[in-house]
Amino acid sequence: MNVDLLLTLPVLIPLTASALCVAAWGAMRLQVAITVISSAALLVVSLILLMAVAHGAVLVTRFGDWAAPFAIAFAADRLAGAMVAVTGVLGLAVAIYAMADVRRIAAISGFYPLYNGLLSGVTGAFLTADLFNLYVWFEVMLIASFGLLVLNKTRDQLDAGMKYLALNILGTLLFLAGIALAYNAAGTLNLADLAVTLQSGEQGAVGDIAAWLLLLAFLMKAGAFPLFAWLPASYHTGSIAVTAIFAGLLTKVGVYAIIRIYTLVVPLEGTLLQPILLVVAGLTMVTGVFGAAVQWDVRRILSFHIISQIGYMLLGLALYTPYAIAAAVFYVVHHIIVKANLFLVAGVMAREGGSYDVRENGGLALMTPFLAVLFLVPALSLGGIPPLSGFWAKLMIIDAGLEVEAWILTGVALAVGLLTLFSMGKIWAYAFWRAPAGAVRRTVGWQRMVPIAGLAAVTVAIGLNAEPLVAFSLAAAEQLIEPTDYIAALLPPEGAAVAEADQ
Amino acid sequence: MELVLALGFGALVAAGTYMTLARHTLRMVLGLSVIAIAVNMLLFVAGGIGTTTPALIASGADVAAPDSANPLPQALVLTAIVIGFALLAFALVLAYRAHLALRTVDTDAMREAEPVEEGGR
Repeated sequence: MNVDLLLTLPVLIPLTASALCVAAWGAMRLQVAITVISSAALLVVSLILLMAVAHGAVLVTRFGDWAAPFAIAFAADRLAGAMVAVTGVLGLAVAIYAMADVRRIAAISGFYPLYNGLLSGVTGAFLTADLFNLYVWFEVMLIASFGLLVLNKTRDQLDAGMKYLALNILGTLLFLAGIALAYNAAGTLNLADLAVTLQSGEQGAVGDIAAWLLLLAFLMKAGAFPLFAWLPASYHTGSIAVTAIFAGLLTKVGVYAIIRIYTLVVPLEGTLLQPILLVVAGLTMVTGVFGAAVQWDVRRILSFHIISQIGYMLLGLALYTPYAIAAAVFYVVHHIIVKANLFLVAGVMAREGGSYDVRENGGLALMTPFLAVLFLVPALSLGGIPPLSGFWAKLMIIDAGLEVEAWILTGVALAVGLLTLFSMGKIWAYAFWRAPAGAVRRTVGWQRMVPIAGLAAVTVAIGLNAEPLVAFSLAAAEQLIEPTDYIAALLPPEGAAVAEADQ
Repeated sequence: MELVLALGFGALVAAGTYMTLARHTLRMVLGLSVIAIAVNMLLFVAGGIGTTTPALIASGADVAAPDSANPLPQALVLTAIVIGFALLAFALVLAYRAHLALRTVDTDAMREAEPVEEGGR
């Protein structure tokens, strides 16, 4: 497939679908069909993109055929390709789940246009190679998520929406201020050009402040300590389809931005930011898992675990060895699948058992053994039990930590893993194992079970055959830590630029 | 000039932060928009200040005048203003709906999503 098309289709498909859904306002079945078909198309295109970058090529397209540093560019290396591919998987899974899950009030208020808009924002953020363009995609994603969160217009959603909105706007403003200072320091916003200019070392304080502000903004978006308050305040109020796609993708866009900027533009190693990020990673893991320990609502338990898992990814990056970054990449991919799946399972648990509160549930293992198995796969994977995907993810992080003798953080990572297992055990012991407690069994429908089973199958497949993804992550990390290919693709040397223009 | 602008932006951010810390939702939203104005101004002058020559190419010439102003931050700030305006509009509507539904504008009293008795806080 044409490179320009391959890089833009992951954004164009959901964006077009969003517009079509608006055009089909009121025709719910048509909107559902558009969303499912476009998500399937997104998955296919994203897998083709993944194949194209899997062997190390860095694909670039420049909009409007402008010359190299001036054009807004989309670029895909292994990391971006993998992120887009996982987005495709999750987009389709949740689109199918939404067929049964989205209430009429949410559907007629615009769930489908917003859902597709969200996906286009996410893929745009993964693919762009321009700092300001990244901001724009963040905003596309954010405004869609604002809408999705309050679709049912219930009291708790409006309350949660206010907090989510206020803190995310603040994060956005920090991001924008960081962009302004970065532009002031370097005179460019192209990521590769920024990298070259900022690392030439002539910018001094302004460039440093920009790096700090951007990190603060991305940490806020990623839900890291101590900037995560918006996440547990809001995620559990959305409908399950909304919460699952949020949990899978939104914070991970923040993590992706941190990985991208702080390997390419401002390499973390040796800067003051590295020890700070190490401490933040540790505290994020701990606060998240303790926050989860006192909760009883399945969705709130899972929300706090998102925070705790973000800590692992940040730890992988902050250790900054090729192996550790590979671990972070592996962790992100594994986490998106598993976390979204757990929320999908939570939705079915509430339908079978009648409540999201595990204390009011019970006996689900007897009533629906199949669901019990489907819960155990992502839950044990999240806790890091072999042979599931989470085991390899945690093993790589901890291995990488031991390699650089970061004893304390490695210990924290191990302990947090145990506490994660405790939380999953709590859900299991209360909701699944106790005697049945007056359950109101409502219809579940294949639309809910198929995505859950599919995502669980992916988790098991990664777990049983981890080698390809490990090798891929190592190769992706190599590309990240030594970004010469990425920079060369975005900033072709003079001769190459002329040759390209002649084509 | 830089000093005056820097102090001005600083004052705006300070005022905005003060308002954002208020418990009244509307004041909080307005505070955020004041900070947004400061950040937009920062973006606007990110290309450097001093020259006021328009970045236009005179007829017959191939390039703009060498001392012309940098047009890129103007394009960036326009985008940021539009996005900020959309966010502000949404925030105001949401604040209004939250007020109707929750019968309060006090953020401390907004505990619908995180009830006090639950979660032990």
